Order: sequence, then C-alpha cells, then structure tokens
Amino acid sequence: MASYRSIRDFDWGLLLIALLVSAIGILQIFSAGQGTKWKDLWWKQIIFVCIGLALMWIISLIDYHTLLGQVPLLYGVMILLLIITAFFGVKIFEARRWIALPGGFMFQISEFAKLVMVLVVARFLTELRTESVHWKDLLKLCGLVGVPMLFVMRQPDLGTAMTYVPILVMGVFLAGLRWQYMVLIALLAMVLIPSSWFLLKDYQKSRILTFLDPARDPKGDGYQVIQSKIAIGNGGMWGKGVTKGTQTRYQFLPVPHTDFVFSAFGEEHGFVGVVFVLGLYFLLFMQIVQNAQTAPDRGGMYICMCICATLLFHILVNVGMVVGRMPVTGIPLPLMSNGGSGMLSVFMMLGLVNNVRLLRFVN
Amino acid sequence: MPARMNGNPNDPLNPEKLDPAVLHDDTSFALNKIAFFQYISVAVFLFLIAGFWKLQVQNNELYSEAAERNRIKSTPIIAPRGKILDREGRTIVDNHSSFSVYLSRENLKEEHLPAIAAGLNLDFEELTGRLRRFRSRPKYQAILIKDELTPAEIAFVESHHDPDTFPELELLHGQQRLYPRDNLLAHVIGYVGEVTEAELDLADFVKYNQGDVIGKAGIERQYNEILMGVDGQRQVVVDNKGNEREVLRYTDAEAGRSLQLTVDLDMQIVAEMAMEGRRGSVVAMDPRNGEILAMVSRPAFDPSKFAGRIRRKDWDEIMNNDEKPMLNRAIQANLAPGSTFKPLVALAALENGLIDENTTFHCPGGMSFYGHYHSCHKKTGHGTVNLHQALAQSCDVFFYNVGNRLGIDRLAKLGEIAGLGKETGIDLPFEYRGILPSTKWKARTLRQQWYPGDMISVAIGQGYLAITPLQLAVMTGGIAAGGVWQRPRLVKDPNRMEPRKSDVNIENINRVVYGMYGVVNQGGTGRVARLPGIEVCGKTGTAQLASNALLKSSAKLAAELKDNAWFVAFAPRVDAEVVVSVLFEAGGHGDQAAPIARDVMKAYFDKKSRIVNRLPTLALAPHGSKGFAN
Repeated sequence: MASYRSIRDFDWGLLLIALLVSAIGILQIFSAGQGTKWKDLWWKQIIFVCIGLALMWIISLIDYHTLLGQVPLLYGVMILLLIITAFFGVKIFEARRWIALPGGFMFQISEFAKLVMVLVVARFLTELRTESVHWKDLLKLCGLVGVPMLFVMRQPDLGTAMTYVPILVMGVFLAGLRWQYMVLIALLAMVLIPSSWFLLKDYQKSRILTFLDPARDPKGDGYQVIQSKIAIGNGGMWGKGVTKGTQTRYQFLPVPHTDFVFSAFGEEHGFVGVVFVLGLYFLLFMQIVQNAQTAPDRGGMYICMCICATLLFHILVNVGMVVGRMPVTGIPLPLMSNGGSGMLSVFMMLGLVNNVRLLRFVN
Repeated sequence: MPARMNGNPNDPLNPEKLDPAVLHDDTSFALNKIAFFQYISVAVFLFLIAGFWKLQVQNNELYSEAAERNRIKSTPIIAPRGKILDREGRTIVDNHSSFSVYLSRENLKEEHLPAIAAGLNLDFEELTGRLRRFRSRPKYQAILIKDELTPAEIAFVESHHDPDTFPELELLHGQQRLYPRDNLLAHVIGYVGEVTEAELDLADFVKYNQGDVIGKAGIERQYNEILMGVDGQRQVVVDNKGNEREVLRYTDAEAGRSLQLTVDLDMQIVAEMAMEGRRGSVVAMDPRNGEILAMVSRPAFDPSKFAGRIRRKDWDEIMNNDEKPMLNRAIQANLAPGSTFKPLVALAALENGLIDENTTFHCPGGMSFYGHYHSCHKKTGHGTVNLHQALAQSCDVFFYNVGNRLGIDRLAKLGEIAGLGKETGIDLPFEYRGILPSTKWKARTLRQQWYPGDMISVAIGQGYLAITPLQLAVMTGGIAAGGVWQRPRLVKDPNRMEPRKSDVNIENINRVVYGMYGVVNQGGTGRVARLPGIEVCGKTGTAQLASNALLKSSAKLAAELKDNAWFVAFAPRVDAEVVVSVLFEAGGHGDQAAPIARDVMKAYFDKKSRIVNRLPTLALAPHGSKGFAN
C-alpha cells in the first residue's frame, strides 16, 4: 500500500466531470423512460453510479504497481471467466455475453476485461528495454490481447472486442514502432480487412451495408440510424425540451436509454446541449492526459493513455453511430448509456487514472 | 485541482534532477506522442460536432418535417396456431375465423374512447386499463381490443373507422382457437391466452410481446413453440390524419405447425363417457412404448372460455369451484393408491427372496404390529393364503407380513425404478411427483427416524405413500411389459428416452401377473372387469382418506371422506398392449372403478378386432382405389 501525500491530491476535477456526465445520463434515461417499460431504469442507473464511485475509490487506494505485479493472475482469472461465459453464460438474443449471479445480477465480463487489457499492455511495455518495439514482442503482445478478443468475438460481440484494439494501438504507438513495421501492418490491413468480410456474420454484414446506405432497409438496421438522425435533426439548435422529443417519446427511436441515449439527448437538448456534453468529455480526456504527462513512471503513463484511447474509441464509435457517421455496433456511451457492467468498468478505469495521479510524487 | 509542481526535486519532468534509478521510468520520451494524441482527440471531437452541426443546424427543418411525418402504423397479421390431431390424424383442436378490432394509438383521441367502448359492448374501465398495460409497446403498433366480434359490432367498426369519426379503429380478420365440445380432453389440450405482464418478466418469455397469444396449460403450453406461428406485419406510413401514404413492409404470417398426439379419440371418448358425472381420472397407455392412448380428468373445464380473453365471471366460477376443475388429476392428484400398490410390494419381496409362491400367512381378520392393531378389509379373515390368493382377494394381513419382512428401503429401490416419487417425464407441464417414502425421505422431509411400524401401512398402499394415476399406469405398465418401464408420452418423440430396464426376474413377474389375473378371472375382487376372450389382469384399490377412528366419530365426515376407488388393469396377460389406471374419487370400493377400466380396454380390443376383421374386405378392394380410410 502506497503512502499518499494528501487526500487533496485526489483528482477532484476528474471526479466532478464524471459525475456531471453521469447525472446528465441519468436525467436522459429518466426522460426517455417516461411511459415506457424502461420507466424505472434511471433508479438502477443511480445505483450503478454509486457502486461505480465506491469501486473508483477502492481502486484509487491500491497502488497500481501492485496491480501491475498481479497481471498474470488477473489475466488468468479474466480468461477463466470468459470461458465460463462461453459455456454457462446467459443467452439473450442469440448472444452469450453475460454471467448470471444469484439475485438477478448479470455481469458482462468483456466490459471488465478492458481494465485487464490496459494493465496487460502497460506491464508488457514497461518491461521492454528496447528503444522501439521489436516485431517478436509485438507479436507476443498481439497474442495477449488477441486471445480474449477472440473469446468476446465468439459470444458474438464484435463491438466490445473492437474496444480492446485502441488499447493495444496506443501502447505500441507510445512505445515506438519502426516505420518499416508500420508499412507492413498497413499493407496487411489492406489485405485482411476486405477478406475478413467473409468471416462476418450476416447481421454484421448487413449493418455495414446499411451504414453505407441507410435507405437499404428502412425498417431493419437502417431504421435505427434513420430514426436516430431524425431525432437529432429534430432537436435543432436549442432542443425540444425534456420529455418533449416526439422521436423519443413515441418510441420511434430504438433503445433511447442504452446505445442511442445520445440521440435522445440531442433531440431534447439540441446542438447547444450536445456541444456542452461533448465539451465535458473533452475535458475528461485532457484531465486523463494531464495525469499521463505527470505520471511517476512508464507504467502509470501507459495506463492513463491506454484508458484514454479506449474511452475515445467508445465515444467516436457510439456518437459517430447516432449521427450516422459510424456503423451500428452496440458500443455504449461511457458514463451515459444504461448498463451496469459498462458503467462500473468506466469508473474503475477512472479509479486507475486517479491511482496514477496519487502516486506521482512518490518514488 | 492541485497545481503542477514543477519545482519538486523528484519531478520526473525535471531533467536536471534525474537519478539513475528513475532513468528507466523516464516518461519524457513519450511527451510528443501524447501531444500528438491530443490533436487526434480534438480532431475526433470536431468530426463528431460537425455531424451534429449538419443534422441540427443546417438541416433542422428537413428533419423536423421528417419527425412530423414520422407516423408509421403497424398492424399484425395473425398467424393461425397449428392443429392438434389424434393418433389417426383426426382433428381435435382447430381454428375458426373471426373478426377482431384493433386500436391504433398514435392518433388516438381520449374523448373517443367512451363511444368506442359503448359501440363494441366493452367495459370502459377495462378498455382504459388495457391501454395502460400496453403503454410500453411502440406507439405505432395497433393493439387488440376485442375479438370474436358479433355482426353488429363488425358493422359498427365498418361504419365508423373513416378518418372523420374514429380513424383509430381497425378491423382485422383472424383465427380463433376452436376446442372440442363437452370439455373433451380439456386437461391434456390445455388452453391459450394472452401473455400476462408477470410472465413477460420471466426469462423464458423474453421472446414474446405484450398481446401475444400463447399456450398457458397442457399441450398448448408444452408445445407452444411448434403450435404458435409467427405473426406477420403490415407497416404503413400514415399522415397526421391517419390516411395511409405508403406501404413500408408487408410480411406474411407463418402458420403454426400441426401436432399429432398419441391419444386415440375413440378410446378417449369412451373413457370420458365412463367418467361422466364422477370425480377422478383415467389413464390408458401402451406399456410397450409409453404412448398415452387416453387421459381423462374430471371434473373438467371448457378451454374455449379461455381462448380469447376470459370473462371475469367465468374465471371466478372456475377458480372458486371446490372440486378444482382446473386440476389435471391424471398428473396432479397425489393420493394413496391403496391395494393397487400391492403387486409392486409382492414383486419386491419375491425379488429379495423373502417369499415365494408357496409362502403362506394366516389372516384372522387383522393383526398387531409394533403395538398397533391393523385390520384386514375382510373382518372375518381370509384364513391361510398364499401370494396368488392374497393378490386375488387383496388380503391386507398377508401384505402386512410381507411388508414387515421387506422393509421400506428395499421397496423404495424397486419403486424408484418403477417411476414413483418423481415426475414420470410426460410431456405436460406442472406434473406432480408423488411421494415414495424411504428412510432417507423421512429424515430429509420430516426430520424423523423411520420406524418399522411405518412400513405396515405402506405395504397396502397407504401411509406416507402418494402417487398419481399416471404413475400407477406407468408402474403397472412396467410389470405388464416384463420389467421395462417406459416414459409416458403424448406426442411421439423421435429421440425417445431409453426405458428404465431392471434385472427383475421374469419368473417373479409372472407370479405377480398370475395373481393379478386371479383378481379379474378367478373370483377375485375385480371380477367385474372381465372381458370375454381377453385375458385381463388387474388390481383393485380402496384408499382411505382418514383413520378408521376418525371416520367412526362422525357420520357426516365419513360421507365427505368416502374412500377413493382405484383400479389398474392391463391386457392381454402376455405381451400386454394396453394398461389402464382409474381413479374414482369417493367411489367407495375398488370394484366401483373396475367397470370404467373394462370399458376403456373393451374399446381398445373392439377397435383392434374391427380392423383385423376388415382385412379380407380390403383385399377385395378394386384396383386403383385410393386406400382404405376409416
């Protein structure tokens, strides 16, 4: 256990921004749930935020070097839980993503796996002694990240699996990579990505096709995007006001409490509200980046930056999806979308960032 | 927010103060890259904000108009449920066409509701309550407010659903379940109904939506997945006046598949008629494969009352009925089987070598065991009896002695193989398990030690023992089939479960079967079940519901708690083809149940001989004729 300077070193700014965004999320879930079967979800969301805060606090107190030291154990437990999910997980809509615990709790292990991925990448790269990443090490690291990714893709949950990639990319980018490798990877990607088309499931293909042409199937996948764009456009500059958005209210907008929470927000609060919330997210990133810059060692820096990378990826893909600039993937919006596991994992990540901050003066 | 402490001597950002130990942890190499990432984030956020700018500021009018126009109306195309057929393909449950009225809620005007309720003879409170329940469904989906419309109601909808009066009304042609008359096979078929809110919260019901009609009981519930089709949908864009502008999507309904039962309608009707006006149950089964040929439970209910939405009055009437018509007694009556249980006790004793066919006991009309006097049903006593006589005359004292030698756990071991104390696994929901007592069972459930005296009552099918009529049929069917206990089925299962085979000695089974033959054919207690030319074997049972002392105390109580009459029979004696168990509640004595079993078996053999006798005629059928449908 580390000795900290003072409780004042806790990153109050980070906490304040996170709470503000969560509160806006809860309000939006409350508003969108009015008169639907999701009318009580906002309560659950408050409980998740409270649990999240407690977890953030606990993780802040554990020296992250201890966590880095336990990476093999954490990685093993994660793989074990993913295997349990694959065999005994609860199946909902053809996907086996959740472990059910007695008492009605459902855990989505793939969400918590993000944390482990961050720690794995940080530990691996900290132990490298070379100027840049050697291709052997790169392959090893890809393997470490790739195994859980394959499990998650098999669930199937391509969206969540994709969120591990930015963690890897950010780590390798910071550690340094020779330009020859970059060219090689770029070439490989150009060959592999088109050929992976044949490995995608039908619904995944249809989502990509629909992304390219939303009018292709106006009542299927395209329906969601079209309704989401109509909702956002309907909001205009100042928004329709809380519970006044017709798209949300008449349920033209699909799942206005989870993946499409931001289009419901856009309809009710308009461009001004959207810019305000995106501004808050931006401040959150800069706060994390600042913690990376002042980190006491490489491990801490890698942790902060990898978290930053995956969170930015979430926002890019989710918000990009609701404005029709990204395909429909089912990646939640951090701190706003309803969903216990996702909410907890974000707060735990913020706990890790705080942990790095608290140790910045300790050698 | 704490200020950045550039002056701190340990600050890794201060290059002058670095000491070698910290060198490796130097993070300054990445500072440029972190800055680069900041630019990337700015770019991402600008990219996203640009997206909102384009939608909300530049094209606001376009999308507002789209939202205004956005009135998609969706009406279901109801898929007919599959038919239920008997083993010969005769229809038991069918559908009939009917008209239903749907209410679209997008342009619903609250003030129209009272007039609509009046026109459709609906209760206003019920209508608004229904609308409240459907709040969570998307607005563009119309909801059913009444089915089975009368011609007058159809006329009301036809003349009022124009855009100026009640545009929210919609007339739809659909299919309603048509159940057989006279409650025939009611408990087996079950009934359908709208999925309830409580059910929608259950994991198994995730796939259903508010308003779906699903199987609630019996076969309708067990095989809902097969019987229920997939509703189609017709989605149209309507303007704010409710006029259709374009058809967005039309998906046809997918009808449910038909289901063939193993039940024989002829035998079922005979069994139903034999039970008319009585309380109890009949189960007829083919012991060779477990196929249920007939299953009756009385009193019964009318499934068609549940078919649409049940009326409050009908529901209360059924639920408050003391005779519990909803109970499927064939699988849910947990009762003492009385002497019908004796063949199993005899078999267990023979198997354990405790008796043989020559073992005799003297019956003086009763006997004391462990300080309690147990009387025989024949107060004057049977004299000295062997196994054959004891089964034929149903001598209790003989079986008290056998049970005393046998002990509960050796009996329980065979009972378990014979399928007692657990669900038979028939393809019906909510089957009861009955009770097969054992020392372990008593320790677990009553937390008491097993006393040898407990066994005396169990030996004659009383005491802790409780079984269902189906379990009795399965148990006896296994004996009839020479020690092979089949899992009962109402629908032929392609991947049938292996029957439970035991290594019971066939000689011992023959000894028991011979005793059961005596019951019917050699002046035994079940002689009324005799069928000329067919070797019927059976066993009567008279099960007490209360102790003799209690019954003597009050004549009124004695009338209310009249003994249950049981009879179980199979035929022929060798290679049995049919086993029938009968429970006649408050029937008095077992021989009251025997004629019912006889009639059902007679139906089976009459039908069989008819088919055999017709064969020569069939051989003479002219060339090119289309087969010989019954």
